[in-house]
Amino acid sequence: MKLVDAMVVAALTTAACPAGAADIPPAERRSGYSFMAPDSQAMQNDDTTNPGMLWVLDGEKLWNSKAGAAGKSCADCHQDARASMKGVAARYPAFDTTLARPVNLEQRINLCRVRQQQATPLAHEGRDLLALTALIARQSRGMPIETGADPQLAPFVGKGRDLYMQRQGQLNLACTNCHDDNWDKRLAGAAVTQGHPNGYPLYRLEWQSLGSLQRRLRACLTGIRAQPYEYGAPELVELELYLMSRARGMAIEAPAVRP
Amino acid sequence: MSVPILAGALLALPGFAAAQELRNYAVTGDAIPVSLTGAPGDPARGRSLVLDRTSTCILCHSGPFPEQRFQGDLAPSLTGSGSRWSEGQLRLRLVDASSLNPATIMPSYYRIEGLARVGAAWRGKPILSAEQIEDMVAYLATLRE
Ligand code: HEC
Ligand code: HEC
Repeated sequence: MKLVDAMVVAALTTAACPAGAADIPPAERRSGYSFMAPDSQAMQNDDTTNPGMLWVLDGEKLWNSKAGAAGKSCADCHQDARASMKGVAARYPAFDTTLARPVNLEQRINLCRVRQQQATPLAHEGRDLLALTALIARQSRGMPIETGADPQLAPFVGKGRDLYMQRQGQLNLACTNCHDDNWDKRLAGAAVTQGHPNGYPLYRLEWQSLGSLQRRLRACLTGIRAQPYEYGAPELVELELYLMSRARGMAIEAPAVRP
Repeated sequence: MSVPILAGALLALPGFAAAQELRNYAVTGDAIPVSLTGAPGDPARGRSLVLDRTSTCILCHSGPFPEQRFQGDLAPSLTGSGSRWSEGQLRLRLVDASSLNPATIMPSYYRIEGLARVGAAWRGKPILSAEQIEDMVAYLATLRE
């Protein structure tokens, strides 16, 4: 375990780091939750008011429905999600040996659909994929993020970090310029926050919907007027992977609420 | 100030197609003394441009804008800019702040080279036009303390 940590730390620290960018010390890490107004926090805290729970309920139905040529449901292989999916979202993105690269939770669900259920993959950001992801992520709520411990992931974490540090877009900004260097500030009206991935998929009031982490990353990329990567693109998965390893130890809040 | 001069030289080269939209300018010290358009800007238009969200200024800056509820605090207040800087200095800060401070987060509003992965809708275009920059410079110069 020590060796694994050391490898990941090495991968994180050898990447080029522009002047000014400094990692947030673990004791100062704060979930996006802590930047929100009390009414939004209350909405997230209570399952009866948290809109994300509607997707979790839909996810339970899908979990138990048979699909594809194999005629199997998720439950036929994994039984009760409450037990079998506990802690899973806290370990994603994870290394897939067949693809020899990391896959995020949405991609894992679609791999099960294709490989096990012999069904077509679900569309990114569609209701069904969000519902199944929300159901699975819900089972890790309160658990600490563990992503990145697998040494096979180290080079991909490094690529994600490079992307996080790279200035891009017409506004020529990097993720780190806002989320490491200016997280205590406000961008027009909005709290910048530390950009942690621990709430996803989450209900964003601005979207009036549940959305994935990749939707959020694409919004930040478009915000700096960069070309957003397509859903499922390796670069976005690597960014997700870096964000999750950066947030290691923070508690999962899915499905969270954000402004 | 070798960077902007170099940029100016590159922009003047024929065949540098995307750059042809940008006008040539000369940097003296930490300023661009001459108007990009050759004419003075309109401060009233400049004020509404600075306040317009799509110009992006007030995402980071605040200023004497009582009507604007949401202002940023990632950057110094624009209040008093005209007391601190000449028009020429303000012009270079808008055109290419990174030529003065390579680590700045302030975007270069009149630059198209040296950028990575610019979205299709914005590619090959500066963030602001020369006219818009002149209007803003004219307005910022009126902000005196
Ligand atoms: C110009 C500033 C800026 C840049 C650059 C930027 N972001 Fe953001 N980011 C924001 C703001 C503002 C929010 C919204 C905060 C909120 O209300 O949740 C946000 C939200 C996020 C969140 C959601 C946090 C949460 O609690 O839900 C993540 C994750 C994130 N950004 C990652 C990134 C990544 C990765 C990049 C680079 C590809 C990036 N951001 C670039 C300003 C920025
Ligand atoms: C992403 C953040 C950001 C944006 C957007 C931005 N600026 Fe700035 N600006 C800064 C920072 C930070 C400084 C401080 C000096 C530095 O870092 O180079 C600055 C400095 C300035 C200064 C000099 C202030 C002083 O008195 O020292 C002026 C004038 C200025 N900006 C005007 C503008 C205008 C006008 C716009 C929009 C067209 C704009 N800025 C957009 C971040 C920003």
